[in-house]
Amino acid sequence: MTSATGHPKSAKLAKPSLVVIGNGMAGMRTVEELQKMAPDLYDITVFGAEPYGNYNRILLSPVLAGDKGVEDIMLHTREWYQQNSITLHAGDPVEHIDRRRRIVRSRAGVEVKYDRLLLATGSTPFIIPVPGHQLPGVIAFRDIQDVETMLAAARDHRHAVIIGGGLLGLEAANGLLRQGMDVTVVHVTDSLMNQQLDKPASALLKKALELKGFRFMLEAHTTEILGAERVTAVRFKDGTEIPADLVVMAAGVRPNIALAKKSHLHCERAIVVDDTMQTYDPRIYAVGECVQHRDATFGLVAPIWDQARVCGAHLAGAGHRRYVQQATATKLKVTGVDLYSAGDFIGGEDTEDLVLRDPRKGIYKRLVLKDNQIVGAVLYGDVKDGPWYFDLIQHKTDVSSLRNHLLFGQALCVQAA
Amino acid sequence: MNLSQPPQSVVQSAFNGAPDPQPVSTTCPYCGVGCGVAATLLADGKVTIAGDQNHPANKGRLCVKGSALDETVDLNGRLLYPQIRDAVSNTMARASWDQALDKVAQGFNDIIARHGPNAVAFYVSGQLLTEDYYIANKLMKGYIGSANIDTNSRLCMSSAVAGHKRAFGEDLVPVCYEDLELADLVVLVGSNTAWCHPILFQRITTIKETRPDVKIVVIDPRRTATCESADLHLPVKQGTDVWLFNGLLHYLSQNGLTDSGFVDNHTNGVSGALSAAEASSAELMTVAKICKIDPNDLLTFYHLFASTKKVITAFSQGVNQSSAGTDKVNSIINCHLISGRIGQPGMGPFSITGQPNAMGGREVGGLANMLAAHMELDNPTHRQTVRTFWDSPAIADKPGLKAVDLFQAIEQGTVKAIWIIATNPLVSLPDANQVQRALLACELVVASDIIEKTDTNAFAHVLLPALGWGEKDGTVTNSERCISRQRGFLPVPGEARPDWQALCDVAQRMGFDGFGFNSAHEIFDEHARLSTFCNGAAEGDFTPRVFNLAGLVGMDSLQYNGLSPIQWPVLRDASGELRSTQRLLTDNRYSHPDGKARFIATPPRAPVHATDEDFPLALNTGRVRDQWHTMTRTGKSAKLADHVPEAFIDMHPQDALLYGVREGSLARVSSKWGAMVARVQHGGGIGRGSLFVPIHWSNQSASDARIGAVVNPVVDPVSGEPEFKHTPVRVEDFPVAWHGFVLSREEVAMAGVTHWTRIQGRTFARYELAGRNIIADHNKWVRELLNLDDPDADWLEYADKTAGVYRAAHLINDQIETCVFISPRPDLPSRAWLASLFAKDQLEDADRVGLLIGQPIEKGADAGPTVCSCFGVGRNTICNAIREQGLTTVVQVTSCLKAGGNCGSCVPEIKKLLATTLVEEAATQ
Repeated sequence: MTSATGHPKSAKLAKPSLVVIGNGMAGMRTVEELQKMAPDLYDITVFGAEPYGNYNRILLSPVLAGDKGVEDIMLHTREWYQQNSITLHAGDPVEHIDRRRRIVRSRAGVEVKYDRLLLATGSTPFIIPVPGHQLPGVIAFRDIQDVETMLAAARDHRHAVIIGGGLLGLEAANGLLRQGMDVTVVHVTDSLMNQQLDKPASALLKKALELKGFRFMLEAHTTEILGAERVTAVRFKDGTEIPADLVVMAAGVRPNIALAKKSHLHCERAIVVDDTMQTYDPRIYAVGECVQHRDATFGLVAPIWDQARVCGAHLAGAGHRRYVQQATATKLKVTGVDLYSAGDFIGGEDTEDLVLRDPRKGIYKRLVLKDNQIVGAVLYGDVKDGPWYFDLIQHKTDVSSLRNHLLFGQALCVQAA
Repeated sequence: MNLSQPPQSVVQSAFNGAPDPQPVSTTCPYCGVGCGVAATLLADGKVTIAGDQNHPANKGRLCVKGSALDETVDLNGRLLYPQIRDAVSNTMARASWDQALDKVAQGFNDIIARHGPNAVAFYVSGQLLTEDYYIANKLMKGYIGSANIDTNSRLCMSSAVAGHKRAFGEDLVPVCYEDLELADLVVLVGSNTAWCHPILFQRITTIKETRPDVKIVVIDPRRTATCESADLHLPVKQGTDVWLFNGLLHYLSQNGLTDSGFVDNHTNGVSGALSAAEASSAELMTVAKICKIDPNDLLTFYHLFASTKKVITAFSQGVNQSSAGTDKVNSIINCHLISGRIGQPGMGPFSITGQPNAMGGREVGGLANMLAAHMELDNPTHRQTVRTFWDSPAIADKPGLKAVDLFQAIEQGTVKAIWIIATNPLVSLPDANQVQRALLACELVVASDIIEKTDTNAFAHVLLPALGWGEKDGTVTNSERCISRQRGFLPVPGEARPDWQALCDVAQRMGFDGFGFNSAHEIFDEHARLSTFCNGAAEGDFTPRVFNLAGLVGMDSLQYNGLSPIQWPVLRDASGELRSTQRLLTDNRYSHPDGKARFIATPPRAPVHATDEDFPLALNTGRVRDQWHTMTRTGKSAKLADHVPEAFIDMHPQDALLYGVREGSLARVSSKWGAMVARVQHGGGIGRGSLFVPIHWSNQSASDARIGAVVNPVVDPVSGEPEFKHTPVRVEDFPVAWHGFVLSREEVAMAGVTHWTRIQGRTFARYELAGRNIIADHNKWVRELLNLDDPDADWLEYADKTAGVYRAAHLINDQIETCVFISPRPDLPSRAWLASLFAKDQLEDADRVGLLIGQPIEKGADAGPTVCSCFGVGRNTICNAIREQGLTTVVQVTSCLKAGGNCGSCVPEIKKLLATTLVEEAATQ
């Protein structure tokens, strides 16, 4: 077998070894970025906990909703790894890192020496530790396995309860509703998607989703999951109970840093990295949901793509990039709900708001300005200018001359200018 | 039936079995030009308006105000039933005519019994028809026995009347409109003819087109629209006209232009006039300096006048409304007398009156110092003549109180009852706040009006509903002595009655005979007979009065109804044919006992109140083109509201800079008497040191725009006409926290709004607003203003709170109901497009978006259905990029358009688009 560059396979011995722990979107995007710059620099070995190639986790919602199949969301098939001379150990997570000897060991006992190690262990769903949380039928919404569990439950059962009215919870609820289940979304605060939306937008969202058949319980604190063989109901602080055949925990994720901690890498809330995505061990890099960069952790795809680009460049030996946190933008993948949120949409005392409300048409738009720059945006119902606002946020554009027309969209502002 | 009729109307009239509506010939109710109007009431109740081709004043033409008459005849806001103020609740309540008439008659009788006839008064109007006027005058002077009847014509042309009487011995306008067309020089003094008498102005400018040698000179402190057609504009300082015309008199005399034959044979007093002129205006440079005009221009004017035989000097309120108004009139007449430029076609002094029936009011003696039929109150023979004719129990023997004095007497308590008919003194009189104090102090205030809510009616104890234009029937006389019929063609609304009838009803209830009239026709006949009574040598030693309607005596009602426009004196010739009189004084016989005209010495006087340090600017007031008086009628027309929607303060930009006010911002004008607030504007052609403010806005149409409150209550000593054209004032910035406007189908009560103006739109009312209050919660504040408490209302809004910008709209069934715009600066969007939305039955989505911007949204290029929602990229955009830039891979599409570069969920679709587009491309090549 020869590599793509035509060198004999024996040349492999001379190359440094890069081990990637985590066969997810962050890790593999980093590998891709690296390959673009230095295609033959490393012998690459990838360990992944799931028994698949790399897939687009973001698209699990459309799979659950039945809009896409598993095959549609595959980013890198096993053939791709072969074609790129990458050794993949799927379904075999790394359990130990020997930093002194620079060796990792997998659950199956595979040991690989590394010259550079990339941690891309992602995050794990937060399972609220209420009584009954381990019952069958209580799951998270994280991977293909979870989707398959949900699809199976939808075939045989009626009542689904989603704990968590955030982005993920609503997408899960939407999928299950589409699969024919009765769905109740339980949320601790009084507004849905409170990480991404302000209250007015949240209220519009709630109304729209209710029309689609969603049921909501807001300010509801789950105290117990009931059932013997399998979950049968959920009980709340106020004593009420609702029937449940399936409980999906979508109450947030925690950076997956168990391995890093065990290896005594410096962690706070997650693995601490510098602007080059390097950890406190100069041979070890980390990207994705498992990292902490200047107090921030990450859950959306856009900053992770940026991290992959930076990290890939440094692994390639071209240390010319550094990671700069950017505002992030979110949208909800629920058909018929147009929603866009970006940046600091809550604002504070030193920010200014531009607000447009047209409840009859289900439109709400709000821009948060600071020092004549947009720092945040919440759009509901009419989101076509979201990316433009996001652009203005990222470029820190002075919008004072556009201010009067800003909320009415790019087309008008261009026209006015 | 005529075959040339369009088929539809044939069918319709055949179907209805009714003849097509025929136009009714009537007369316009606005200015003194007195144009003929052909009005048609259509089957659906709508009215169409056209100029009357047969009327000599306008020959088919109409100005914008006349053309918009159809927009003013609706019943919105009309006073339809009598109302009496309830003493306990102090509110007006509907009453029957019997109750209201009893209340008025008893109230007047009680006060007369307690305090004598001079404790009651009428204040009437140049809007009245001659017949109404005749009855009011007859009741007050012949039966109540007081001369306390004055009219708003006092504010308009009483100086012209006084000037005519002093010069000619009678209130005679010697010329006619045709003379303006025959003249070689038309001098317009204190007259923005283009705006205030548009049809006359058209006649003048049309002649100038055919005879380019005709010269027009405008003498006006302002460079008005009239100046656009002028050969020479003399922007004289306010109040200096007498210096100017004295100078002309002196110039004519010095340059041998004296018509000695005429002066010697037909005039008196030339030497006195000349010495006064010499004393004040012998030096051209002095006159130029006093008038603040270029001496070359002044000389050019003098030379033009001297070298042109056919000269008309037409003058209007700029001359009359002055403390020296009568002298101004006489200083003009003097110049025509000395040069003999009078009594022949194309020459003479010409008072252009402001009101539709100012002249008719003068004919019946509707002023406090006149009797009736051009007879004199201070002439015992005349008094006896009138009393004999009326067979009345009394006759007033001394002049009554003129308008300004009348309201001061009311405040002082010497006059205790007033009947105000068809006028709005709380807006139109000088020191208008004094009028309010007077009405508050008055025991009995009766108001006859067609509109329920006016500034004046708010203080009435009894309101009597009158017929308005299009409903009432009678005659008016225009500026060239032409008597025309106003004819009713609309149904009588509610319980409204003609004013003459209300007056007759009250007279009869007061116990007087002589008021048993059944129609306007009967009244006109009596009026015509009085004009002939004891008139002329045939009747003994009476000096003949020129005003004589002998030819119109004894008409039957059919003849009266069919009366064509005719100029008085109206006589019949030997063969019995009616004889109209186009020109007066052609025989050089004047109405003074010696038959001669009189020169009046006019030593010039400056305005009574001079500007000073505290009040450094001279306020000038006047009309705008498209409004009439206090807007009770023209204010109803959306068409007329467009030209000048708001009151304004026109001033010179340098003065604005000096006094710290800005164009487009609000400012307060104040005098010793009162203040008003309006928006500053430039470009009205005013010189430094002066302000111009229009007279039309009342408390009904604006929060604080009554300029009458600011005007000094100074009057001409002879005519009693107030000095509207010169009040010392100061101007200062009127700071507000925000500006805004509301367009609303429903009326909005402007509670808590510092400054507002209401403007009529086609199907909505527009309000321009400004406020001093800081609005903490715009949504709450605006919804309270609009009285909209339905939380589910279709309400859309835009708020930029820190900037203070708020815009909102209320829709009902997708139709716009209200929109509101607020901003800290007067940078609000154009109202025109928003106004156009009110014409739509249903708003489109694009309108809805534009609504909150205040401008239409252009539909941009269609991006197609969204493919990449992360970056908002549409299918058409992607396909175009693939075609135009030859893209072949997803990566290329992403680098080009960002599409697919974030979550990647659209990558499959982009792949598909790449495939199909490339296939299409290949197929077409």
